[in-house]
Amino acid sequence: MSAPLLKIRDLWIEGRSDETWNPIINGVNLDLHRGEVLGLIGESGAGKSTLGLAAMGFTRDGVRIRKGSVEFDGIELVKAPAATRRSLLGKRIAYVAQSAAASFNPAHRLIDQYAEAPVQHGVMGRKESQADAVELYRRLRLPDPEEIGFRYPHQVSGGQLQRAMTAMAMSSRPDLIIFDEPTTALDVTTQIEVLAAIRDIVEQFDTAAIYITHDLAVVAQMADRIKVLLRGDEVEEAETREMLADPKEEYTRSLWAVRAYKRPQKPLVPRGQTPLLRVDGVSASYGRTPVLHNVHFDIHEGRTVAVVGESGSGKSTAARCITGLLPPTEGTIEFMGEALPADYRRRSKDQLRQIQMIYQMADTALNPSKTVAQLIGRPVQFYSGLRGKALRARVDDLLEQIELEPETYRDRLPSELSGGQKQRVGIARALAAEPRFIICDEVTSALDQLVAEGILRLLANLQDKLGLSYMFITHDLATVRAIADEVVVMKEGEVVEQGAKDDMFRPPHHAYTDLLLSSVPEMDPDWLTNLLAERGVGNIGEAATDKM
Amino acid sequence: MSTLFRIILQRLLLGLLTLLIVSIVIFAAVNMLPGDFAEAVLGQGATEEAVTAIRRDLGLDQPPVTRYLEWLGGALQGDLGTSFAKANFASFVGADAGSGLDTVAAQIAPRFANTLFLAGVSAAIAVPVSLILGVLAALYRNTLFDKATNIFTLSAISSPEFFLAYILILFLAVLNPVLPSLSNIYQGMSFAERLDRTLLPALTLTLVVTAHMMRMTRAAIINLLASPYIEMARLKGLSPLRVIVVHALPNALAPIITVIALNLAYLITGVVVVEVVFVYPGIGQLFVDSVKIRDIPVVQASCLIFAGAYILLNLVADIMSILSNPRLRHPK
Repeated sequence: MSAPLLKIRDLWIEGRSDETWNPIINGVNLDLHRGEVLGLIGESGAGKSTLGLAAMGFTRDGVRIRKGSVEFDGIELVKAPAATRRSLLGKRIAYVAQSAAASFNPAHRLIDQYAEAPVQHGVMGRKESQADAVELYRRLRLPDPEEIGFRYPHQVSGGQLQRAMTAMAMSSRPDLIIFDEPTTALDVTTQIEVLAAIRDIVEQFDTAAIYITHDLAVVAQMADRIKVLLRGDEVEEAETREMLADPKEEYTRSLWAVRAYKRPQKPLVPRGQTPLLRVDGVSASYGRTPVLHNVHFDIHEGRTVAVVGESGSGKSTAARCITGLLPPTEGTIEFMGEALPADYRRRSKDQLRQIQMIYQMADTALNPSKTVAQLIGRPVQFYSGLRGKALRARVDDLLEQIELEPETYRDRLPSELSGGQKQRVGIARALAAEPRFIICDEVTSALDQLVAEGILRLLANLQDKLGLSYMFITHDLATVRAIADEVVVMKEGEVVEQGAKDDMFRPPHHAYTDLLLSSVPEMDPDWLTNLLAERGVGNIGEAATDKM
Repeated sequence: MSTLFRIILQRLLLGLLTLLIVSIVIFAAVNMLPGDFAEAVLGQGATEEAVTAIRRDLGLDQPPVTRYLEWLGGALQGDLGTSFAKANFASFVGADAGSGLDTVAAQIAPRFANTLFLAGVSAAIAVPVSLILGVLAALYRNTLFDKATNIFTLSAISSPEFFLAYILILFLAVLNPVLPSLSNIYQGMSFAERLDRTLLPALTLTLVVTAHMMRMTRAAIINLLASPYIEMARLKGLSPLRVIVVHALPNALAPIITVIALNLAYLITGVVVVEVVFVYPGIGQLFVDSVKIRDIPVVQASCLIFAGAYILLNLVADIMSILSNPRLRHPK
């Protein structure tokens, strides 16, 4: 075999926090040959992105390469002058970021951003590059390829933007592309389109790529080889099929095992029993834009109802109607057989207490300047009137329920907690009101799989102990499989299917449920190829236009 | 596009409403000034009859609400009234009163034109200089250049205006006589001559307003440097200057425009001290003189013009900020 295109040797990277330098990457080696795709996986904090950027000779502010070498096609990048690195970036090495919506400049049109790198690096002229953009947009099956480039980023949907960004990375026909979690922010159905597009284009141009993700099933579709990282250390590396079939290390096996968590479905509630919560013919709109159309579903005592659907399907809007933040235009919300006032301001304190919420981003849902005890103590005091010692005892009790040691965590600020711990505090805050019903809005989607599993187990235990009912909003069908008793599938503001979990995962399904289920990546490396063959390429294009 | 049009129309109406409220405040405030014109002009010879006569001639004996409405009605038709100081009083000169009348508009117009000229010259220097310095400071952030620029502009804004003016006179008029230290411009001067005489006060004002605009430019740009699209631009291998000018600046415009508008408004309304130092015949001096002799119509008209300038410039800034947002310019 010829010399590798990218050769990383004994690379040590550290990042500054406060006044000290902490290690991020510890002596990692990496080889990548022309036309090869390497999958880089690990949980957050594993240093995947840092390593990906370092492969471009780039470090973010506050991060530095302590020692080691990054050699791209014989050119040493670590010690090279900035101008040398700039002459390679955007020309021979390109980058595709996690959120295309944030990584496209909002002030410029897509096609201008496409042509920027080739024009600036003198690869081709503006006219030529723009014609080339249209060609690539067509190849990536973007709708209306002649025109789409002349739109601004906010005028294009997320999945389309991600494909436009892949096209942009290709604009100078680089030898190497770094894909940094390019589908993490997308719905499963959109993810397939982007995955297929990326794989096609990488194969067509014989481009080498590093594909960074935390999703094993995704990496199985994309990579020839997989490297596993844990807190900056390499755990193991192997050919994809070999790694999937026979992981050598304990840590890798634990990653593989996460998806196995499944709670048995509880027996169905007998007909005629009054549900704890009934959403009865609810329609709602934001201003004049209707978002919910005649939505019906019931949630019974001690049960978990998963509400699934893609972004924009009205899941969170339904939650806002239930909590009274968004009064419905039609229909009622019944709690224990009684209609609740539509507006939360007209609900009694006890009605408010019964329904609590846990949010997706624990980071933004917790006041950063309050300690854990204050965050949890506030609702305790508000709803129960406890003070002093009794209040402290109740807070400690709640901390124990969420499995955080009161002594250690009571006085910490949110910034001193990990993502999973913050989410636990969010749960304790909801429990503080002693509710019977909790709405969990994508509570695990910002967390790593191992941590997410811990949260799901905690919620399940609390349900058994306290008899809680959950409405579990999610777009992740693996989570549904793990925790739900019943499932409500939503699309464009309507409920398209609902029923017991076990029935849902067994065919026949509603066509849309089927699309959702079949779009969830599986660990089989041939899954994407087979699925594409099954659906036919045309169908994927249709799925794309469907979403606009 | 209709959303944009509606927003702009809304801002315009709000601007007009503000101006109306300001006119009430101005009228009330001016009327609360101690002493009145009749007493001031008559001085030692202020007999009761003379004072009453003058007050009657000027309409000062009417109730305030009537006077306000008359003034507002006149102002709306472009008639700002007659200057007290230049009036010939009917009580003293008899029938041909009115022959020597001097309207407020006629008195203010040339002065205001001079002020606009000075503000224009200052802005033409200060705005590009601040933007360029701001961009460079952001580009070379935390270097010696950045710190030196900061120290220099901050010292300039912290010093009293007359002090800056005298320093400039010392260096540019006395030690190296390149510019005239007196800026007494008059009608009929050529543009070049005017410019030559205006340059020194304009430089002084530039020193005063640059710091604010430059620091906002720097801060607004640096604020964006951590955004993913800036990282993307850097990962495209673009030069640091291009990253800042093409990728950061267009997204940082809104706060910069607001600060520029505030400073331009200051150039029109706040330059009395500089005008006095350079004997520049602007509206600021006229305003101070009129307050001294209680020439109420001139004071009121000047205040109204100042308020109008503030509101207009802020309105333009608002509209330009809105236009700088591609989400509003190109709706879905």
